[in-house]
Amino acid sequence: MTPPVVKIDNLHKIYDSGEVPVHAVRGVSLEIHKGEFVALMGASGSGKSTLMNMLGCLDRPTKGSYLLDGIDVAKLDRNALADIRNQKLGFVFQGFNLLSRTTALENAELPMLYGRRRSAKEMRDRALRCLEIVGLANRADHFPNQLSGGQQQRVAIARALVNEPQILLADEPTGNLDSKTSIEVMGVFQALNEQGITIVMVTHELDIARYCRRDLILRDGVIVRDEPVHDRLIASAEMDKIRLAEAAAKLTSA
Amino acid sequence: MRLLNTTRVALRALRRNKMRSVLTALGIIIGVCSVIAMVSIGNGARAQIEQQVANLGQNVITVFAGSFGAGGVRGGWGSSARITVDDALAIQREVPGAVAVSPVIFDHSQVIGDGQNWYTSIIGAGPDYAEIRNWPIAEGSFFGESDVRSIAKVAVVGKTIVDELFPNEDPLGKVIRIRNLPFKIIGVLAPKGFNLFGQDQDDLVIVPYTSHMKRISKRTFINSIMIEAVSEKAIPLVQQNITDLMTQLHNGRSTDFTVRNQVELAQTATATSQIMTMLLGAIASVSLVVGGIGIMNIMLVSVTERTREIGIRLAVGAHGRDVLMQFLTEAVILSSLGGLLGVLLGMICSQLVSKYLGWPVLVSTSSVVISFGVSAVVGVFFGFYPARKAAQLDPIDALRYE
Repeated sequence: MTPPVVKIDNLHKIYDSGEVPVHAVRGVSLEIHKGEFVALMGASGSGKSTLMNMLGCLDRPTKGSYLLDGIDVAKLDRNALADIRNQKLGFVFQGFNLLSRTTALENAELPMLYGRRRSAKEMRDRALRCLEIVGLANRADHFPNQLSGGQQQRVAIARALVNEPQILLADEPTGNLDSKTSIEVMGVFQALNEQGITIVMVTHELDIARYCRRDLILRDGVIVRDEPVHDRLIASAEMDKIRLAEAAAKLTSA
Repeated sequence: MRLLNTTRVALRALRRNKMRSVLTALGIIIGVCSVIAMVSIGNGARAQIEQQVANLGQNVITVFAGSFGAGGVRGGWGSSARITVDDALAIQREVPGAVAVSPVIFDHSQVIGDGQNWYTSIIGAGPDYAEIRNWPIAEGSFFGESDVRSIAKVAVVGKTIVDELFPNEDPLGKVIRIRNLPFKIIGVLAPKGFNLFGQDQDDLVIVPYTSHMKRISKRTFINSIMIEAVSEKAIPLVQQNITDLMTQLHNGRSTDFTVRNQVELAQTATATSQIMTMLLGAIASVSLVVGGIGIMNIMLVSVTERTREIGIRLAVGAHGRDVLMQFLTEAVILSSLGGLLGVLLGMICSQLVSKYLGWPVLVSTSSVVISFGVSAVVGVFFGFYPARKAAQLDPIDALRYE
């Protein structure tokens, strides 16, 4: 069996900025293998965002070890962490976090500006290919404010994919979207996962978590449940159902 | 290694806020423009002063009669009647670097001509006087050695004399009467205008020094001797030789005379204008610094405004250095483009000033290079703090920033 992409052992995070130190993550051990699609759930304050930040190498654990693709990232400095984020991780945020007044294509090119040297043409080709994967190749020269929320989130996914990361990390990617658009975005994630891309996603919506393969529930900084998703939903089938329902609604109203 | 990309990103950011970029650069534009204009005007003033000093003649050394003292009362230079035509002739004979020598004797008198009269300076001089004073002849000619020897009653007059006595006539060949003696006008000097002290340099009559001494002033001593040295470099040596010779001729009484050269005069005059130029430049530099503070201000606003953008860049793998370079590049592009425009505007301003005020305005290369360089440095200096602030942001905080 191949070594896990993520191997976390007894991870702790203590914030001591206030009067009382806050023990946000209290000893999480976890392995994520290549090709998994993990939903990370929990109430607010359960430590899921903190865990996600550490998984994303945006934050360093107070205690414990974190092996990402065999590299112990707990001890790396700021710049080395930046390189890891650039080469091994892809981020999708709740608020999309696209650069405004910058085209979809340029947004998708962004991580390549900070990676190894590439020609302008190569960067453009790669960004276009990733926009194609998320179905937005024809919107490459649109600005974020000319795109719908779902389309903006798909641009963000294209940006996350552009450096061929080991893991795609999504922090409430459907939090700002309506249910139909959410299913659309989950469809993109499922398609990517089918192609073998590892995805870890934070969500607090149960029905969104049902599109994943593995469900982790966090409470008070520890994992309280870790099980495969039983009644898994398939985005394309759900979209068909919605379309049928909409058509029926049109018929009755007409 | 990512400099090209950084520059592209910085340019894109500046283009996105065109109005703000232009206004920010305006501070630098005005600063550089005023430095260049001020220094150019100052240099122009200096050039004008130098030109006026040069008007007095090239490489001129003057021997003045020393001061007269009796019973504790001391007169000024030229008050003692101690130097003679023989001194002048001796200098001409024995000092090798002296290419032209002229005795000079001053007096004032009324001049009558064509029913008009005018009170003016009467100068007695040698035939080389015009050459020494670098003074071209407009009409006719200057008197020659033969006129000096024959104590001729000939005169060369300045433009003012012509205007006052013969306003609408050709003055050549006309006769003027000085102390009731008729002198024929054989030449008119080219006009020199007013000197630095507001004196009309063209208000004079020049006659051969022999005529002056024998016919007009009846003096046996002269006021000064003007000598032209062969070159500017030779001035100190020639001056020393003259001093030695004069000391010898005057039996060691070196207080009888004073030897001065033009360079000393020029130095005082240009030193004054140099101080003025520096003062003007310093005042203008203040506006350059103010422009720099404007850049810093806008860059700080920009960093705060774009905290989220910085967070995104850091999250997808930008190093602190990349962010630092991005903002620093923006500041430097702003300031150096501003500097470039300021240079152009400063040159235009200088030209306009020279056109409308009639001053000679010299745009010095050094002021252009220095003020452009300073504006770029101002960009680095005032851009560094905001850029470092951006680079030190924590990616998580920056992403959460609203």
